[in-house]
Amino acid sequence: MNPNKKRLRRTMMFLNAQKPGLVKDPYIYKPDSIMLDLEDAVAENQKDAARFSLYHALRSIDYRGCERVVRINALDTPYWKEDIRCAVAGGCDAIRIPKTECANDVKMVESMVEYAEREFGRPKGSVLIMAAIESARGVMKALDICESSERLFGIALSGGDYTKDLQTHITGTGIELMGARQNIVIAARAAGVQCFDTVYTDLDNMEGFRMDVQTIHLMGFDGKSIINPRQIDIVHEIFTPSEKDIIFAEKVVKEIDTKKAQGIGVFTVDGKMIDIAFYDGAKRTIELAKASGVYKGDL
Amino acid sequence: MEIKKPAVAGTLESSDCQVTVEAGEGKIDFSLDSAVINQYGNQIRKVVFETLSNLGIDSVRIAIVDKGALDCTIRARVEAAVFRSLEQTENLPWGGAIRS
Repeated sequence: MNPNKKRLRRTMMFLNAQKPGLVKDPYIYKPDSIMLDLEDAVAENQKDAARFSLYHALRSIDYRGCERVVRINALDTPYWKEDIRCAVAGGCDAIRIPKTECANDVKMVESMVEYAEREFGRPKGSVLIMAAIESARGVMKALDICESSERLFGIALSGGDYTKDLQTHITGTGIELMGARQNIVIAARAAGVQCFDTVYTDLDNMEGFRMDVQTIHLMGFDGKSIINPRQIDIVHEIFTPSEKDIIFAEKVVKEIDTKKAQGIGVFTVDGKMIDIAFYDGAKRTIELAKASGVYKGDL
Repeated sequence: MEIKKPAVAGTLESSDCQVTVEAGEGKIDFSLDSAVINQYGNQIRKVVFETLSNLGIDSVRIAIVDKGALDCTIRARVEAAVFRSLEQTENLPWGGAIRS
């Protein structure tokens, strides 16, 4: 398995691959991933030029540990195969498929990625895939999509197109996204892949953004797509375990290890009843704290 | 490769450059407009000539309006203009004639 499949992805920042001023130094804002966009952000008559910019940005710019994901054009356009050749030749870490509706969409991209890996001498499996869900059909097929490829590291909700398909609109309350969000998290967890929430487009409403991020964090998402560097710190703050959470998780892991050896199954930590069911969650908190660079313990 | 029809790529936005190519007369006819021509003119010229050489082009009129583009952007815009001129958008030689 590609070791990056489970890496930390709290923030994925969208950047128009055609804009040199945007792609030259996004790493200074420290998003976990950047999403170099060849799709919606690029005008129809600039699709060709965007690929050259993408290729040379990938080859020449040191993104200092930010994962480099490329959003290709949709599979019903004439662009997506050449987008994949360009991105794989440039050295991208992953491909994002827009408008994914079924497992076969992922398989088609997987096949082209494999072809490009061979053509450009990259190790088989080095390029990961993620799928964006943008329709009611895609939401209903989420589990199939999640289980369609060993390369697939996660799925993402794309709220704009999804709400149009649902014949509603983005309200800022999240009501219109509730079903899709819940379905996507459940499908991703059932398949053991990651899940990412849609962008929040009202850049003047940072309080609304914070509430949105808190909601999706509680729902179980792994991260959020973002469109502005101002949004990064809030997402990282909410998705990074607090010191209190880390200390409690450490106690839970250590106590369960100790009590298990003593044959004790249920006990209390800081006044809360704890049993083996808490073990994986506490371990996840420690792993997330490590990946976020805030863990100083010895587990 | 031979430039047959005029083509333009790039913008006049900050950090970008606009490249125009036209059929040449047996040589590379290069012109540059840049606010930093005294500091970076030679470097921009070097990147443009190197990119054209990689593409196998030795006859072209090429005009660059630079707005503070990095080398990688200059390469990308020159290539985009050339391949637009050739009307080729698929099966591009990534890692071959197109390289950093």
